Amino acid sequence: MNIFVLLKQVPDTESKIRISPDRNNIEKNDFKWIISPYDEFALEEALRTKEALKAGTVTVLTVGPDRAVEALRTALAMGADNAMHVKTESDNLDTFLVSRALAEVLKKENPDFILTGKQAVDDDQAAVFGYVAEFLNVPSVSGAIKYEVAPDRKSVKAYKEVEGGAKHVIEMPFPCLVAFTKGLNTPRYASLPGIMKAKKKEIKGATLADLGLASIEPTVKDSDYQLPPERQAGKKIPGDGATQARELVRLLREEAKVI
Amino acid sequence: MIDFTLSDEQMALKEMVRKFVEKEIVPVAKHHDETKEFPHEVIKKAWELGIMNVAVPQKFGGLGLGVFDDVLISEELGAGCLGMTTSICVNTLAIYPILLYGTDKQIEQFVTPLLKEPKLASFCLTEPGAGSDAAGLSTQAREDGDHFIVNGSKMWITNAGHASLFTVFCTVNKELKQKGIICLAIPADAPGISLGKAEDKLGQRASDTRAIQFENVRVPKSHLIGKMGEGFKVALRTLDRTRTPIAAGAVGAARAALGHSIRYSKERKQFNQPIANFQAIQFMLADMSTKVEAARLLCYQAGWCLDNGKEVEGAYFSAHAKRFAADMAMEVAIEAVQIFGGYGYTKEYPVEKIMRDVKLVQIYEGTSQVQRMVIARHILKD
Repeated sequence: MNIFVLLKQVPDTESKIRISPDRNNIEKNDFKWIISPYDEFALEEALRTKEALKAGTVTVLTVGPDRAVEALRTALAMGADNAMHVKTESDNLDTFLVSRALAEVLKKENPDFILTGKQAVDDDQAAVFGYVAEFLNVPSVSGAIKYEVAPDRKSVKAYKEVEGGAKHVIEMPFPCLVAFTKGLNTPRYASLPGIMKAKKKEIKGATLADLGLASIEPTVKDSDYQLPPERQAGKKIPGDGATQARELVRLLREEAKVI
Repeated sequence: MIDFTLSDEQMALKEMVRKFVEKEIVPVAKHHDETKEFPHEVIKKAWELGIMNVAVPQKFGGLGLGVFDDVLISEELGAGCLGMTTSICVNTLAIYPILLYGTDKQIEQFVTPLLKEPKLASFCLTEPGAGSDAAGLSTQAREDGDHFIVNGSKMWITNAGHASLFTVFCTVNKELKQKGIICLAIPADAPGISLGKAEDKLGQRASDTRAIQFENVRVPKSHLIGKMGEGFKVALRTLDRTRTPIAAGAVGAARAALGHSIRYSKERKQFNQPIANFQAIQFMLADMSTKVEAARLLCYQAGWCLDNGKEVEGAYFSAHAKRFAADMAMEVAIEAVQIFGGYGYTKEYPVEKIMRDVKLVQIYEGTSQVQRMVIARHILKD
């Protein structure tokens, strides 16, 4: 089975956000970069599927600037077999163009099964999985927590959790795409032997021009970033219990307007 | 020509161990410090990640990493818990004698099993009456046909209570001093071996430390590592390789103490401002930082020498690295407690544990005084 996992390299969620002077981007120089956690759940599931079936290959694919190679190396060290990188100059492509690039590569590679995260944790757009499935004309489901490959390896059952703890099970024939939410698995660490082996694995590169996409301009442009207002200091109500309670109710009613 | 950049793999290795430490070691370090409970789970996970026994050559199924990579691993582990670092790293100390002086057959017999299962091994050199004067050891190995009969006792043996293999230094004739010493690989379940109780230590309480008694333990001569009388050299060459990662563990612990101090001094307010605004604190932090950086460079230099066939320089720089890193980590940890003030003196905050843990680095694997002897001998040599 030819499994593809679509990854995005994103800033560590603990990174401190600073806006660039022209306000249309974020200062990225000091960031620590990681694989987007939802994509990491997808990768872990893909690796487990391969191990359970004792067959198939797992290829990780990303679109991004040079530094995105680190995310691919990490994925290789975790156990992915192959890696492909669509190299871009800018790291501010819109989701449409990124999805076009991913789809162009996938068309050539003919995967049976495509896994990814339901969204990247940097811009939270949750758009790429849908575009990619559409461009490839394959069925897709988003927000899955697990899946089961059919014994004949021709279809997959994806499980979603819906409101109230109910389960929603969706069956799709291969080829298809499953986009993961925080799943049941704990992604493995890249092991030391894995890191050593990853060194010898080749990362196949391509550019947007190679994919015939050089002339497409991003249609979405970031125009203004704003940080949330600084949080106000808390308020301490003095006095004895009865006074405090009265004042608290007054503030909740008149200032916070919640009761 | 000089290049301080790490390779991509080394960066990935550091990152992986750092993540492991954050998720698996830091959350349980306090528990193991308080209870003295042996961290079996953490060791098993470290083994699964492949960060134990890293020096085993590839032809025996290992990774064949050098001292430098071991230094990177140790620093990251040391930043989490020095006691666990000691327990995780001691396999390397125990198996280096076999890797350096053993035959292929001996490596397969004694070392390969450690790669197949998360088993532990202990290095048994120190005795109740032979610490810094290691050559004065008196555990006796008497020849008896195709066996040695071992009698005596060893002291402060890390992981002894959980090990499956001991590399034991004995003397065939005490009058021969160094030249009478041999190294034997002895399975921990050999009849005649008994263990002392786990020591109740000031720090590094997650590591297991015990005395071992050998009473008429029969060891086949095929377990002799290296030649007759070569044992002392086996021990020294082993220690030349493991001293630097031990130093790096102290660098990690000091780095952690510094990190805690930086965060705390930005949060803690006195006189209506964060104490990090005060030059008194700033200078303490700056000095701590210089010490950490300098010690790390000595570790890197020693590791690089040993990996590049420079044995004499490697031994020399590793003595510097161990001495300096151990002493500086102690100083940095004490300063960290000072910056935390009263809070630092309580177990609610992490710096007092570091202070207790790093003290041992000035003592084990060659005290800071022994390292100074090595350095002095080197620089006074004609």
